[in-house]
Order: sequence, then C-alpha cells, then structure tokens
Amino acid sequence: MSEIAQESSVGLVTPELMSFTTPLTLSCGRELSQYDLMIETYGTLNPSRSNAVLICHALSGDHHAAGYHSPDDRKPGWWDTSIGPGKAIDTNRFFVVCLNNLGGCAGSTGPTSINPNTGKVWGPDFPVVTVDDWVESQARLADHLGIEQWAAVVGGSLGGMQVLEWSIRYPERLRNAVVIASAPKLSAQNIAFNEVARQAIMSDPDFCNGRYLEADTLPAAGLGLARMVGHITYLSDDAMKEKFGREMRDTHFNFDFGIEFQVESYLRYQGESFSKRFDANTYLLMTRALDYYDPASRFDNNLVKALSHTTARFFVVSFTTDWRFSPERSEEIVNALHMARKEVSYLKIDAPQGHDAFLMDIPRYTEALGAWMSHIANECEPGSAEQ
Amino acid sequence: MRRDFKVISQWITPDSHILDLACGDGELLQQLQRNKNIKGYGLEINEANILKCIKRRVNVIEQDIDEGLHNFADKSFDTVVMTSALQALRNPDKVLDEMLRVGKECIVTFPNFGHWRCRLYLSLRGRMPVSEFMPYSWYDTPNIHFCTFKDFEALCHNKKLDIVNRLVTDQQHHRNTLGQIIPNLFGEVAIYHLRPKLR
Repeated sequence: MSEIAQESSVGLVTPELMSFTTPLTLSCGRELSQYDLMIETYGTLNPSRSNAVLICHALSGDHHAAGYHSPDDRKPGWWDTSIGPGKAIDTNRFFVVCLNNLGGCAGSTGPTSINPNTGKVWGPDFPVVTVDDWVESQARLADHLGIEQWAAVVGGSLGGMQVLEWSIRYPERLRNAVVIASAPKLSAQNIAFNEVARQAIMSDPDFCNGRYLEADTLPAAGLGLARMVGHITYLSDDAMKEKFGREMRDTHFNFDFGIEFQVESYLRYQGESFSKRFDANTYLLMTRALDYYDPASRFDNNLVKALSHTTARFFVVSFTTDWRFSPERSEEIVNALHMARKEVSYLKIDAPQGHDAFLMDIPRYTEALGAWMSHIANECEPGSAEQ
Repeated sequence: MRRDFKVISQWITPDSHILDLACGDGELLQQLQRNKNIKGYGLEINEANILKCIKRRVNVIEQDIDEGLHNFADKSFDTVVMTSALQALRNPDKVLDEMLRVGKECIVTFPNFGHWRCRLYLSLRGRMPVSEFMPYSWYDTPNIHFCTFKDFEALCHNKKLDIVNRLVTDQQHHRNTLGQIIPNLFGEVAIYHLRPKLR
C-alpha cells in the first residue's frame, strides 16, 4: 500500500459478516434456512439514511471493492479507481456498501460453506442462485442496515444486471441506477462462452462431480482454463495487440507446445492465479446466473414493459471495444428506458480496453460518473435545492 | 436566456415530451425543464457537451443523428427540436423526415447562406464567405450543407410541410425590420416551426 495511494483511498478496511436467520426461498424453489453475507462499507451513513450506495459485483468480484485489508496488500479492492474520498463515488459524501453475493466464495454462504443440514461442505449441492435471489438477499441486507432507499445502486457487467433487477423489483427502494457495460440478457454467443468455461471445469478429472473439497483436491486446470477463455473475451483485439503483439519469450522457435508467445504466458498466469483464489462451483453458479437473467421474459418478452414501473434515474455506460457486453446491448436498455419515458443518460466511451474498461480509470468515464454521482450526493444533503 | 431559445420556448407546450437533436451543452433543455416543465432527452456526440449536460442534470444520450433515429418510435415526442445543426448534417433532408416521424411537430434553426453579407463576399471576393459567424474555410468546415431560407422553404414545400411559425433574427438573435421584410437577404438565422400538412 503506497503512500500516494492512501491519499485518495479509503485506507485499511475490515470486512464484516452479516448473519441472516429468516429463511430465503430461491428462484429454483429451494430454501436457504440461514445464510451469511460478507460485506464491506466505506464512508458514513447520514442521519436521514439517505446517502447509501450499493455496489453490485460482477462474475469474479466480491465485497472488497475499495481500500486495503492489510498494509502489505499489493493491490486495493477491485473498484478502487472509482470508490474513495474525492473519487467518482465519493466516500466523503456517500455510505458505500458492497457485498459478496450468495453462492460466492469470499465469505458469504456458498458452495464452500458448510451445509447445516448435513454438516458437510455444500459443494455441488448448493442451490443454483439467480440475479433475482441476489437482489432479494441484498434487500434484506438493506433492511438489516436500516436503509430504506438507496441513493444509488451501481454495478458493471453482471453487477449491472443486479442494478436492473433492483429497479424493476423494488422501484421505491432506489433513486438512481448506474448500469455499466451490461446487457438486459445474454446473447447465444455469450452463453456459449460460459458453457465452454463450465465444460472446462467439469471435464477436469479433479472436479470429482463438484466434490473436490471432500476429495481434498482442486480442479485447478479446469478452472484456470475457464478463466483463460473468459479473460480473452474481456480484452479487445487491440488491447491484446498493444499488450503482447507477437512478442516471444525466446529469440527463436522451440518447435514444441511450451510457452512460446508472451500472450500464452500471460493467460496461463491469469488462469493459475485465479484457480488458487476462486472456487470452481462458484464459477459455475455465477455463469449460470448470467445465462438465466432475462427480466423481459416475465413481461411478455418486452423490456419496455419490464422497465415501465421503474422510478429510478438511469445512467448507462458502454465501451466501444467491449465485445462481450457490446454498446449495442447497453443501447437495448437505453432504448427501452426512453420508450418507457424514463429518465436516462447514456455514454458510449471510446476506450481500447474491451470489457475490462469498466474497472479502469478512463478519464472521460470517471469524470462523467463523478459528475453524475455528485448530483446524487447534493440531493442527499438536507435542504438541497436539487431534491 | 438566448433569444432563439426564448422564441423556441414560446412555441413549446408546457409539460410536453421533447427530443433535442444535437442538444449541445443542454442549456435549452434545462431552460425548458425549468420554465415549461418538459421531459425528454438530448442527443449529442460531442464529449465535452455531453459532460456539460450531465453536470446540468439534463438527460443526454450519446447518439449520432446522422445515423437516423431508428431507435425512437413514431410520434413518441410532442416536439423534436434541432438548433444550429441542420447545416452540419450529412443528410439534412432525411433527418428532417425522421424528426417528423418521431415527433408530432419540429422546430429547426439554421443560418441563412443567402444573407446579403454572404452574397457580397462571394460576388466581390469570389471566395467562399468566411466571417465571425461562419469562421471556417471551405475544406475544414463542419457546415457541409448550407442553404438559404428560400432553399429551405422549397424543401418544406416538397415534403408537404406546414410552416406553423417562422422567425428571422440576426446572429445575436435580435429581430430587425429589414430581416422581417426581405428575410432571405437580411435575416441571418431562421427558426422554423413545422408540422406535416394535414391531409
């Protein structure tokens, strides 16, 4: 943790475990009798409890969105570029809440937790959770924290889907919705990538039908491969060209199948390090939640109808080189919103980084998000003319 | 308030649904929100302007109007407005069609290339007019489709459009007597309020 980083950082943060004992019925029909959610909060909740912002994480994210857990941490939380004092989501003004979603593997109840009915690790028996289930559990978290209405719910990618669901399911519980690099449902191509990732995991002999923890092993190769495929889709062709080109490790070909190109080395490293920190069953669950989400399906496949009861003011952002969640997909959301006559602003940010751009500090993106959030912060202040 | 915005504001129905094409920094929409309680959106592609719209808390959608308004439904707006952008469009006639497809009526403003100063400049110097108002050279100007008031009215006639209102001003958006009498020679900026002719 460098000193420079500290100035605009929330600094050292400590996660908190919240336990819930009211049973939660899930979309699949099964019930979780009790569950825990690991959360982190930054900033202070104001007396009128009007300045709370919920951050929803994407596929491999967790509750650690900003700051550091220890002074030795090399990297801050996953969205430290935008969350902190004086940053776009200003922790001097907002009370920011981020959680590890149900089914996750960073402390919230999920496949690596103990199933209270059996006393054994859940593993593959953990119910398949959906975006809807997550929003339900987040609503209970809000109740628990005494937050009746979020000033804003914010998320990118799969996180953006949770934001959409919040606006549809609980229109009265959020004033603003920030949907970044997301889509109203996955395309066939997108589901296909998820299926390749799942097959990579499930075909690893060490997967043991999902009971690898009981067998004291890990499907590291399969999970690593899944991450490699995912990673390729998060980068743009240009970003890869810029980063690696055809750069080689050696000066000559070795005429074998070891690592010849730098891009191979990078992907293998990404795969390996991911498989050490992430749970394979959680990866299966998260990709499934992505596949299933389609709010329009509950409204005659009409997204305009799905969004017609929303009351939040929307801010939608896409990135030009993002082909996993392309600008066209964000524009489907924007079009449905303006057709439903909802308040919406939309930015298409010219950025070379592909889908990953949503986590980066791209000046135009950060500045616009900051300007938009700043109005919300003003509205949270008592006696504000904007309210 | 800018004089042209004041005129436009007078022609806008209170509480109506407005689309502002090439909305710039969002000033007009903000004025209309405050004074006419309108709702709606601005379309813009200039990054600096989009940021200004956000800072004004005006709904702005990043979209190039030269690509059409295919994502907007027929008659989904009461009025579609476009100020000082007609001459910079690739297909101004098609955009005009689109405006009257998605809106029940439209308001357009544009500079008059038939103004006496332009005519004098061209006839005496034999060069494309360059002025404080039109500061670009022919090769780098964003204004690729200049027209005169007469030209525009001919287009309206061809498209069977009703000119509900027409107002001619100078570049500071003041009205002058000569501009009212011989607009095509003395008017610098025109504001047209158009509707499709009732059949």
